[in-house]
Amino acid sequence: MNIALLTSEIAVVILALLIIVFDLLMPRQEARRSLGYFAVCGLLGILVYTFNQHGASATVYHGFFVVDKFALFFKQLFIVATILTLLFSFDYIEGLTHNTGEFYALLLLSLVGMMVMASANDLLTVFVGLELMTIIFYILVGFDLRSSKSSEAGTKYLILGSAASAVLLYGMSWVYGFTGSIVLSEIAAHITASPAMLLGLGLMLAGFCFKMSIVPFHMWAPDVYEGAPIPVTAMLAMASKAAGVAVLLRVFLVAFADLQAYWLTIVSLLAGLSMIVGIIVAIWQTNTKRMLAYSSIAQAGYILSGLLAADAAGVKGMLFYAVLYMVANVGAFAVTTAVNNQYGSDKIDDLSGLSQKSPFLAVVMTVSLLSMAGLPPMAGFVGKMYIFMAITDKGYFWIAMLGLVMSMVSVYYYMLVVKVMYSKEAKNQQEFTASVSLRIVALISLIATLFIGIYPGPLAELANAAARSLW
Amino acid sequence: MIGLVHFLTVAAIVFAIGLYGVLSKRTIVGILMSIELMLNAVNINLIAFSRFITPEVLTGQIFAIFTITVAAAEVAVGMAMIFRVYYDRNTVHAARLDEMRW
Repeated sequence: MNIALLTSEIAVVILALLIIVFDLLMPRQEARRSLGYFAVCGLLGILVYTFNQHGASATVYHGFFVVDKFALFFKQLFIVATILTLLFSFDYIEGLTHNTGEFYALLLLSLVGMMVMASANDLLTVFVGLELMTIIFYILVGFDLRSSKSSEAGTKYLILGSAASAVLLYGMSWVYGFTGSIVLSEIAAHITASPAMLLGLGLMLAGFCFKMSIVPFHMWAPDVYEGAPIPVTAMLAMASKAAGVAVLLRVFLVAFADLQAYWLTIVSLLAGLSMIVGIIVAIWQTNTKRMLAYSSIAQAGYILSGLLAADAAGVKGMLFYAVLYMVANVGAFAVTTAVNNQYGSDKIDDLSGLSQKSPFLAVVMTVSLLSMAGLPPMAGFVGKMYIFMAITDKGYFWIAMLGLVMSMVSVYYYMLVVKVMYSKEAKNQQEFTASVSLRIVALISLIATLFIGIYPGPLAELANAAARSLW
Repeated sequence: MIGLVHFLTVAAIVFAIGLYGVLSKRTIVGILMSIELMLNAVNINLIAFSRFITPEVLTGQIFAIFTITVAAAEVAVGMAMIFRVYYDRNTVHAARLDEMRW
């Protein structure tokens, strides 16, 4: 048994525990910002270490836990997302609560859950990783003790999330019963298209779609995104969704590949519905976080549609899209955080006049939103192109067309936000301040979005290698 | 003779009752209890499959232990959340969680 494969997960757990201990040892009145920097530095070290694991393709614990390029790709994505989220949220978290140390520790533990999910090679590990991530997110969503919205969002997420987990588990129990195994490759070997098996598959699909907020399992997303503290919303949108994608891909392409004929149609309908509902409903939103929630539902639809290709090209598109979606969201949420630090609310109206007060942040927001809408030369265009090319090859032309039309519609509501920033007068003449680390994150997001859009080669290569390691 | 089908039927009934409870219960505590029912239905399923399908390995029973543990953690967080809601609104009625919609 090669325990060294688990090093990065163990390291993150130790980092989280260290932060809890330091938090207890530090004098009560001292600021906890140092703990945040400590977490960022630790994660950077772990990120560098994960590159060391490249090329590995091995399993531990009787095939329960696998480390391959696919898992590493997602782990690095999660770690980068966490680092960037931590960096842009120092001021916000300190204004939110006195227990900032706890907040950082919880965020890191949810990261462990995601990393376990990316490596999960059997249903039990999938379940444990998923629950580790979601239970911690229940706590984080309800972390804002001053706001009744936060507790409401946390409770809604808890109830719907646990119900979805129960449905997912019930599906898993049927799959286990009719294949006699929970390891994905052995499930694939014993799979038959019996009704009970299909019931299990359908229930599992519903459970995963809940985590990815695919229509019609999206009802929780807008409320939870609106009520949660902004860094938590950002992590939910970027990392938790990507973790759902990782698990969904591994389970459906490794274990259920032979039942493609049954799930492809359902997946295409779910993806199409998500694009339509996410984009149409977003038009009427007045809250930035809620607007981004609906936008994330639509983006989840785009990512899910890549599964229709069921081959390396489609998976490559999905991985590529997950990265660029993360990068664009970091920018959008960083700007939202800066505005919230200033005005204390998340209305789209609060963005008015941002172009005069902070031209740089306005540009970052614009580029992020247009990247999500899929306009060239931003990264979103290339990502959509990869996915649509892959699924058109497999005969899903209608989904590609629908995606194209919907992304044109989405330009409309993203431009509404841009219009508010550029043409409306600011509400007051107060000086606009944003911390250096937040500006750095915004800059990283801006550069990465444009770089990936103009020069997608390197990332596409990485995504391609990761996608191929699934087979 | 009681066989696999009996266990699966009981599990299905318990799961359906739980699902109905989640959708129809008025208080958050009741909803949490219904979720527990759903999870316990899964446990019955897992242990029955483990006993009848793979009697030589204990996969299903181990899985059930994990499910019980996770369910306990979920309820612990759930109770904390209910205290918060009660503190904010003086009620645990699910219908009163209506500050955010559309």
